[in-house]
Amino acid sequence: MADATLAAYRHLLSAQVRSQTQYRASFAADVVGSVMFGVLDVMGVVVVFRVTPALGGFGFAEVFLMTALAGCAFAVADLAVGNVERLRQYVRSGLFDVLLVRPLSSLAQLAAMDVASRRVGRLAFGVAMVVVAAAHARMPVTPARLGLLVATPVAGAMIFGAIFVATATVAFWWIESGEIANGLTYGGLSFTQYPITIYGALFRRLFAYAIGFAFVAYYPTLALLDRPDPLGAPALLGYASPAVAVSAVVAAALIWRSGVRHYRSSGS
Amino acid sequence: MAGRRFTPTWYRFPKRKDRRLNAEPAESGARLFRAYVALAAAGFRRYATYRQATVAAVVTNTVFGFLRFAVLLAVLDAGARTVAGYDEPQLATFVWAGQGLIGVVLLWSLPDLAERIRTGDVVTDLLRPIDPVWQLLAADLGRAGYAVLTRFVGPVVVGALVFHLYAPRRVLTYLLFVMSVVLATIVCFGCRFLVNAAAYWLLDARGPNTLWTLTSGILGGLYFPVWFFPDALAAVLIVATPFPSVMQIPLDVLVERGSLTLRLELLGVQAAWVVGILALCQWVQARGERKLVIQGG
Repeated sequence: MADATLAAYRHLLSAQVRSQTQYRASFAADVVGSVMFGVLDVMGVVVVFRVTPALGGFGFAEVFLMTALAGCAFAVADLAVGNVERLRQYVRSGLFDVLLVRPLSSLAQLAAMDVASRRVGRLAFGVAMVVVAAAHARMPVTPARLGLLVATPVAGAMIFGAIFVATATVAFWWIESGEIANGLTYGGLSFTQYPITIYGALFRRLFAYAIGFAFVAYYPTLALLDRPDPLGAPALLGYASPAVAVSAVVAAALIWRSGVRHYRSSGS
Repeated sequence: MAGRRFTPTWYRFPKRKDRRLNAEPAESGARLFRAYVALAAAGFRRYATYRQATVAAVVTNTVFGFLRFAVLLAVLDAGARTVAGYDEPQLATFVWAGQGLIGVVLLWSLPDLAERIRTGDVVTDLLRPIDPVWQLLAADLGRAGYAVLTRFVGPVVVGALVFHLYAPRRVLTYLLFVMSVVLATIVCFGCRFLVNAAAYWLLDARGPNTLWTLTSGILGGLYFPVWFFPDALAAVLIVATPFPSVMQIPLDVLVERGSLTLRLELLGVQAAWVVGILALCQWVQARGERKLVIQGG
């Protein structure tokens, strides 16, 4: 049974990848574009540090590591579930019915059917940047830190993935929600790239703590580089990301379930 | 239900000149003008019906306004009173008016035209007795008119409530800003048109669209003013690429950065890009029509 399920997902996935690589020139441009999105994030930080020596009390090396970790985490989430934002079209057209009648998880099907193979470019670049940034910041090499360096993008990807799913779920209630989810997904990426010290108190409480974006890159970076938090949080917080990630995923799953229950097809 | 056995139908459209001959002789300037006004009004009405989408877009642009301004503010907090020629209120106006401009010039759009080219639906546009590029431009200007009233006003009001925005000192600036925004909208339309027209050759314009999204953002002054780059590079970008004409120049005009002469020169650059890009659009469209394949059916 488990084998059959797995095979079904594998077929869905490979069919997607095949279809996406049909228009070769456009696919190549897409992969290049995907890498460029990563380059752009890093370039943004480089350009900002051209005009200032410090940002929110942090130097280039530290902010670079935050940007790299955030970018890598986002790339993983974007590749895996980034296209759930297309749920809107499925709900509008009633096509979501097709997913519900199959004996597979609707969310996993949606992820497999819309996997964005072109985004591997960004992921590869993201991983490379994490290594470069950690080396550039002279991260002390210890087993605990190496473990944290690997675990951070994974936990970050779970947080971003949870945000992607939770915001896409809005479509069950509000089909015309347009790009409003981008404020939290792409906005979340912008937010996590920089130290949370630069944001106003209200905005920081909302994005960093309530949503948990501070755990994507900020706190792990502090722990990785042995930096005390200017906002006074305990140093151990850097290791809390996986726990935050798990609770984010659980919350997103609950939101998804209530959304699916709310779905009433298109009536056509 | 044409199966794979059939070769696709290649349809060679008559050259523009021929089509004009076919058009009614009464196709005078005044009638043509009225047609474009009607198209612009339709563009305005079409977007006016997407009310929820407009609200969603304004909210998103506003969230990003907070994010972008926080970074620029942090740059100023690091010590300097001005950065790249902007002080704090000027940067605030740059960011918040910029977030509003995104919707006016429509920096990002769905590749509608590319989809019409792929499916062959674009043939309906081509059959009309008016120019295919001008009719899209007219509709886009109507859309921009609606966006000024909604998507521009929204973020600017929020920015003004929360931060201290820079208000232009000279009355002339407002006039120049309006002109600059109109030119910016046309340049942005041209860029979007060219990206979509790539579908005449590639069928799927998603790749070019991605590249446009990237370059227009970072080289056009959206993420940070292009003056954050070394001066020489910024100057080259402004003159040699269309991107700063879309965001950077209207915003520089609005916050009165540099001398009046410099700003007038920037407007001149924009005007030159309008002429250049529209000519390019016409050329590409003429070539594209000859490549167009109406998929069998």
